[in-house]
Amino acid sequence: MNRPIVDARGLHKHFGALHVLKGVDLRVAERELVFVIGPSGSGKSTLLRCLNRLEEPSSGSVVVDGIDMLDPRTDINHARQRIGMVFQSFNLYPHMTALGNVTLALRKVAGKSRASADALGKAALERVGLADRAGHTPGQLSGGQQQRVAIARSIALEPRVMLFDEPTSALDPELVGSVLEVMRSLRESGMTMIVVSHEMGFARNAADRVVFMDEGSIVEQGPPAAIFEHPAHERTRSFIGQIQQH
Amino acid sequence: MRGNLDRFVDTFFNAKVMLKYLPDILSGVVVTIELALFIVVTGIAAGLALALLRSLGIRPLNWLIIGIVDLFRSLPPLVVIVLIYFGLPSVDLSPSGFVSTWLSLALVLMAFSEEIFWAGITSVAKGQWEAARSTGLSFGQTLMNVVLPQAFRLTIPPLTNRTIAITKGTALGTVVAVTEILGQASSAMSNSYNPSPLMMGAAAYVVLFFPVVVAARWVETKFAWKR
Repeated sequence: MNRPIVDARGLHKHFGALHVLKGVDLRVAERELVFVIGPSGSGKSTLLRCLNRLEEPSSGSVVVDGIDMLDPRTDINHARQRIGMVFQSFNLYPHMTALGNVTLALRKVAGKSRASADALGKAALERVGLADRAGHTPGQLSGGQQQRVAIARSIALEPRVMLFDEPTSALDPELVGSVLEVMRSLRESGMTMIVVSHEMGFARNAADRVVFMDEGSIVEQGPPAAIFEHPAHERTRSFIGQIQQH
Repeated sequence: MRGNLDRFVDTFFNAKVMLKYLPDILSGVVVTIELALFIVVTGIAAGLALALLRSLGIRPLNWLIIGIVDLFRSLPPLVVIVLIYFGLPSVDLSPSGFVSTWLSLALVLMAFSEEIFWAGITSVAKGQWEAARSTGLSFGQTLMNVVLPQAFRLTIPPLTNRTIAITKGTALGTVVAVTEILGQASSAMSNSYNPSPLMMGAAAYVVLFFPVVVAARWVETKFAWKR
């Protein structure tokens, strides 16, 4: 692998007595789409949240795009602009319009004028197919539309990496497709993506690599076909067996 | 029956008495308005400042804030007024009745509004903080642009209630010789042996606070947004 754009080594995370991450190494190459799967409580989300330091790792190192995320001298707010994050519950700001949601960080963090932030914000909404919803508040949008606005909010900042934390888990089944569609087009544009999700179909045809986590460790990883068809470990086999019954 | 009504009107709404003491009541209204404005502006500003400080999560500071807030929430406002008016002279400060009442009620309003703002801030979902911080907004930017606008919406109804309740406490100023509405009305009542001035005072309070209630409703609808 060339110099990885995300390089996490030896990550440990304790929540009190709970040992949630037990020495996780994750290296992701530029333009790679890595899918992280595993049973709930396996530490997938915590791993993702350690990468942009929403969660402070107990030990280990995280370097993203050459920036040491855990160095106290790192301007974390500046660094986070390079790492987009999409959440299960969308977390749109309910008191702002879709465009307001997308442009807030452009204005406050990237220092754009209102006019240029609006132009960039509209372009980002266009990319997720919601240019006509710019003036709507989150309450006026469907779950799928809200999640696409949330994606626009991240990509407007032109991040180097996008983290997706179960982006479709809170959606009604008929709305999942529109979000996956946006993720697929992001992938085609060359975005580096780390996705925690149970959308195995999407993993199969879009992921470069699937990482299986259990009990705070990476059990195995490899191309989707290998992990899904010929898992090396019993735990992986039983997990994949369980989710494929649905 | 007729005689009874006449006697009632003569006692409580005596035109002659009312006319005579109208100027006194009006000057009381001016004092009450001044006092109320001072209390509301300083009390709410101080309460918001304390809530913002508390959100920084510095533990010893938070204990101090909670201590102060709980103290002034539990003390009866009258006690605070008396303590300041009669107690501060012993440390060579002699606040006037007006200043004592203002300070006391502002402290009480500060305590209650801090709790209300704090409840508003903590009621904003953690995901809002995380989403904002993940886009690179600082703690302060997130607080100002994302959290407070949502918190304010929830704080307006309880804050209005508290503000009105505490501002009505300006009547306690009579105890320390503040010539606000109630003070004026009760001295007029003892001078005229007639409770009509008190009725005027009551009317003055309604006229004063009614617009506040209406304004609060307007602000409430303005801050509302569709979920």
